[in-house]
This record gives sequence, structure tokens and C-alpha cells, in this order.
Amino acid sequence: MAYLELDRVAKQFGTQTVVDDFSLAVGKGEFISFLGPSGCGKTTTLQMIAGFLDPTRGAIRLEDKDLTAVHPAKRGLGIVFQSYALFPHMTAAENVAFGLEMRNVPRTERAERVRAALAMVGLAGFEDRHPRRMSGGQQQRVALARALVIKPSVLLLDEPLSNLDAKLREEMQIELRQIQRTIGTTTILVTHDQNEAMSLSDRIVVMSQGKIEQIGTPQETYEKPASAFVSQFLGKTNDFAGMIDRTVVPTQLVAGSWRAPAPAGLGGPVTVSIRPERIGFGDAGLSAKILTRIFQGNHWLFQCDSECGPAIVIRQNDGQAQPVEGDAVRLTWRPEDMSVRTRAVA
Amino acid sequence: MSAVAEEGSARAPWALTAPALMLFVGVLLIPLAMTVMLSFHDWGQYKGIEPVFILKNWHEIATDPYYAEMFWRTFRIAILTTLLTALLGAPEAYILNRMDGRWKSFFLLVILGPLLISVVARTLGWALLFGGNNGLVNKLLMSLGVMRSPIPFMFTETGMVVALAHVMMPFMVLSVWAALQRLDPQIENAAMSLGAGPGTTIRRIIMPQIMPGVLSGAIIVFSLSASAFATPAIIGGRRLKVAATLAYDEFLNTLNWPLGAAVATLLLVALVLIVVGSNALIERRYAEVFR
Ligand SMILES: Nc1ncnc2c1ncn2[C@@H]1O[C@H](COP(=O)(O)OP(=O)(O)O)[C@@H](O)[C@H]1O
Ligand SMILES: [Mg+2]
Repeated sequence: MAYLELDRVAKQFGTQTVVDDFSLAVGKGEFISFLGPSGCGKTTTLQMIAGFLDPTRGAIRLEDKDLTAVHPAKRGLGIVFQSYALFPHMTAAENVAFGLEMRNVPRTERAERVRAALAMVGLAGFEDRHPRRMSGGQQQRVALARALVIKPSVLLLDEPLSNLDAKLREEMQIELRQIQRTIGTTTILVTHDQNEAMSLSDRIVVMSQGKIEQIGTPQETYEKPASAFVSQFLGKTNDFAGMIDRTVVPTQLVAGSWRAPAPAGLGGPVTVSIRPERIGFGDAGLSAKILTRIFQGNHWLFQCDSECGPAIVIRQNDGQAQPVEGDAVRLTWRPEDMSVRTRAVA
Repeated sequence: MSAVAEEGSARAPWALTAPALMLFVGVLLIPLAMTVMLSFHDWGQYKGIEPVFILKNWHEIATDPYYAEMFWRTFRIAILTTLLTALLGAPEAYILNRMDGRWKSFFLLVILGPLLISVVARTLGWALLFGGNNGLVNKLLMSLGVMRSPIPFMFTETGMVVALAHVMMPFMVLSVWAALQRLDPQIENAAMSLGAGPGTTIRRIIMPQIMPGVLSGAIIVFSLSASAFATPAIIGGRRLKVAATLAYDEFLNTLNWPLGAAVATLLLVALVLIVVGSNALIERRYAEVFR
């Protein structure tokens, strides 16, 4: 049964529809990411769950109770803002204690929970620091402790790591995942960084222009993208124009000189999507010429000019001899590694 | 070669600031020094000003309770004006900041607009409304039978505080407005998500953060009110004097320049001490917010 449920939620600002037909069921303890380019409506959706914005249409339910009827101050959700929105006139401990004060938690229990929350995010000993005297990463941790100390039913994170430098971001990702696993809080993370979404989430909601493109586990969205948008947004991909040939038996999928038995349920022009690391060099298949070859330590990156347009190939550096620039090669892949979508012909 | 260039570049800042420096010295420091010196000179009804060094004027100010009362009145009016502008101006700035774009710029103009009108004109407006039996409001209220005699406004401290607060309001609103711009736009949502209602959010989260703005506005309003001349001159006239109007009277009516200079100097010194002192206090108290 769904713990948090969004049922055909939509939001309009004036005549502009910013989020449309957004339906999602989040299980208890799940870690969900909203992934999409800037301006696709991720923050808006999160703010509707938080209660800072009212949905124009649709319902939001938490444990089968209508959440939109509850005032944001009473929803009991933990929120970490992109800017952290810490209270600059309060110390770290006072910041974390604020939510407990609002819940009239007795003083001694409050102090104990604040101490534990700060220790959990690795800030033991920083109780009396003011936010302005802390680094970005430390402020981030205070914000997380402040959101978690109230034992929220759902934790909402709006691009919490985007203000950190790359190395710190990676550290915080690992830590965030560990903390979430330990305390088991249902979490929704908003991000435009596909690596972050993939390394943290149980499931990813890929969004584009206010609509859900795909909901799935990181592997599903990466390996079986439901649309061209998803396959392009989640890492590098090759899209080849192909055709399903129904004149032969069994029916065949043809892309240039590459052919395979056609998948069921499709016909006519199709797009074949295949990740660069799933393409190999073989004796038969799509004929191509290697334009550039780039050595990147643990792998080689080839840029090729194929019958079906430009192609990228990534090969593990396993010590085998690799083709060089200018070589004519044949590109081949296993049918189960590709995803095939109907192609609209202009 | 390099030594010459270095010497030149060391002199350049001085050369560049010289015109402004000369203006500063010429029109501010020299007259100020002369005023201070003037306060130690002697004056008599028939002999005029005598350039000697005596403490007569300072002695008179220190011992005659008239001056103590007058200075106390000056600062009381300034303090009440400051309180009134803070009590009205801070909420005004907060409400203004929460309006949507178009209304915001319109009301900001409404608030700042009066700065374009002379203080004299604005104060005379109050006099036209409340001045004695002929004041517009007084006439209306008396003809309606609401009251028998005019509202006591002219020649009262209340009148002076109200008129001064009206004149000073833009400074307070602007100062609080600037502090509000520094707030994190999500800070109220953050407080709300932690369970705080609107009242608690304003009291515990917003107020402490805009306090530096309120206080710096208060310093501006206080020093401008304590040294204000036009408004006290029109509302208080010669019946209810404050430091600035008294100094003016000594200079231009009694012609006792040295005594006027002593009053002016004392006002200046007191103001500088109060402003510098409270500024230091504020900076120490709100170090965390300013950083
Ligand atoms: N208060 C608002 N009024 C009008 N348009 C808004 C408002 N808030 C957001 N938008 C618009 O909604 C779209 C989605 O914004 P947002 O949810 O912040 O995107 P994201 O978080 O995915 O970057 C943007 O085009 C933005 O301009
Ligand atoms: Mg956003």
C-alpha cells in the first residue's frame, strides 16, 4: 500500500501549466528522486507536498489521509531547502531545537535529541556555532539535522547538494544514503544531476516540462528508457534510426547492416537506443569508421561515423588490442541491451 | 626609475582625493572648529562678541535648568519619534515586502514620494490640518460637535513627535526594507515546516533578523530628529523650543552667537556620542546576523 500518494496532481500559474497529471505512489521507507532539467516543475511538486503551494487539481494523500487539507505547519514533514534557509541568528543547536520547541518537547529531552541529531550528521561539538561561521557542507548538515530531528513522516530535499563542490557532494551523497537507510525515513529528493539520482534512489521519477516521463529503478530508467528524453538525460546514448521489416519471416529489425529478430508489438520505423558501453566491435553489424579514440584510464572512448549517423562506443581497458583511428569496424550488440521505440516519421 | 614610479603612485591617491579633501576641510572642519571656538568667547548686550577664552557660556548651560529641560525635551521628542517610526515603519516595510511586484513598486513610491517634497511643506500640511481654530480637521470636528476646542497639536510635544515621525518614516522603512532583502526567501517556509505559526515566525525568526535594520534606521531617525529644525520651528515655534531652534534663536534673534555656538556644539557632541555608542553596541550584539 502506498504511504504517500500523489493522484493526478497539477499546478497552474496563471495560464502556464507547470506540473500536469502527476501520479506517484511512494512506499514507506522508500528513497525517491525527482530528476529533470531546471524548470521542469520539480520544486513546484515538492512544494505542493510540503504545502507551500496548493495543487490546482488532484489529491495528495499521506497514509490515505488527505494532506492538502492540513496546514503546512501541521504536516510534520522535514524539509531541506536548496539555500538551507537556516536561522542565522541561532546557533546550530538552537536551529535544530526549533522544531522540537514548536512541538513542546520538554527541555531535557530536547537537548538530548538535538545532541543526537547533530552527532548523527557528524557535527558533534558544533552545537554553539552560528551558521555563518560554518562551511557550506556543515550548514548542509545542520539543515539535515533540523529536518530529521522532528522525526518527519516524509523527508523532502530540494537540490540539497547543488551548492557543494564535487568532492564534498560525493561524500554527502554517501552519508545521506547511509543516514536514510539507518533511520528509514521516506525520502523525496529533487535533483537535476542524474548521477546523484542514480546513486541514491530506490526509484527515479524522470520529469520533463511538468510531466512524468518515466518512473522506475535506476537500472530500469538507464537501461530501458521509456522515451528519447529519458535516454538522453540519463547519460550518453546512441539513437539509431531503424525499421521493422514485416515482409520476411520471422520479422526483422534492421538498422543499417545490423539486423535482429524484431521485438513483438512494434512495426514500421523505430528508434533503437543503445548505451555506448553495450556496443562491441564484431565481424558483422553496423559498419562504421573510427573518427577519434580517447584513452580514459579504465576505458576507451571511440567516436565513430556509422551508417546510421554518429555513434559513441565505450570499451573497458581489459588489455585487448583496440582499433585505432581510421579503422573500418562493425558495431554489434545483443538485442536485449537495446530499447526500441516507435519513431514518428516527419 | 621604479623608485620614481613608486613615489608617484604613492602620491597619486592624495592628489586624487585632494579636491574632495579640501572641500571637506573648507566647508565642514573649519566652520566646525570656528563654532567650537566661538562657544568660548564672551558676549554682552552692548559690547557684542569678545574673542576671549572663558567658560561663561558652558557654565550657564550647565547650571541653568532651562537648558537641561530643553535638551531633555529635545531627546525625549527624538526618542518618541524613533519609537513611533519603528513601531509603524517595521510592519510597514514587512507588509510592503510581501506584496506582489506591481503593488510593491507602487507603494514603495508612495512611501518614498514625500522625500521629494520639502520638509517645510509637509510640516505646514500638519499645521493646516490641526492648527488652532482654523485647522481643517479641527473645524470639521468642532462643527460636527465631536469636540469643543481644537485638538492640542500646535505647540505641543505630541504634535512635534507626530509631524517628525511623518517626516522620518521613509528612512525607517528603507532601512528595514534593506534588512528584509537579506532574508533567505525560504526562511518563513522553513519555520512553517518546523511547526511555527505566523505569529511565532515573525517573533522568533523575522524580528531578530531585521532588528539590525530597525536599529540602524533608529539611529538615523534619532539623530535627524534630535537635530531637526524646520519641523520643531513650525510646530513648536518660539513657545516650545528644542536645541536646534534655541541655537537658531540665539544666533539670529538674541544675537548671542557664543551661547548659540555652545548649544550647537553640545548637541553635536551628545549626538556623536550616542550614535557611535549605540552603533558599537548594535554591531557587537548582532555580529552573528551581520557576518
Ligand atoms: N510562483 C510562480 N509563479 C509563476 N511561475 C512559476 C512560479 N514558480 C515557478 N514557476 C515556473 O514554474 C516552472 C517550474 O519551476 P520549478 O518547479 O521551480 O522548476 P525546477 O525546480 O524543476 O527547476 C518554471 O518555468 C518557473 O518559471
Ligand atoms: Mg528547483
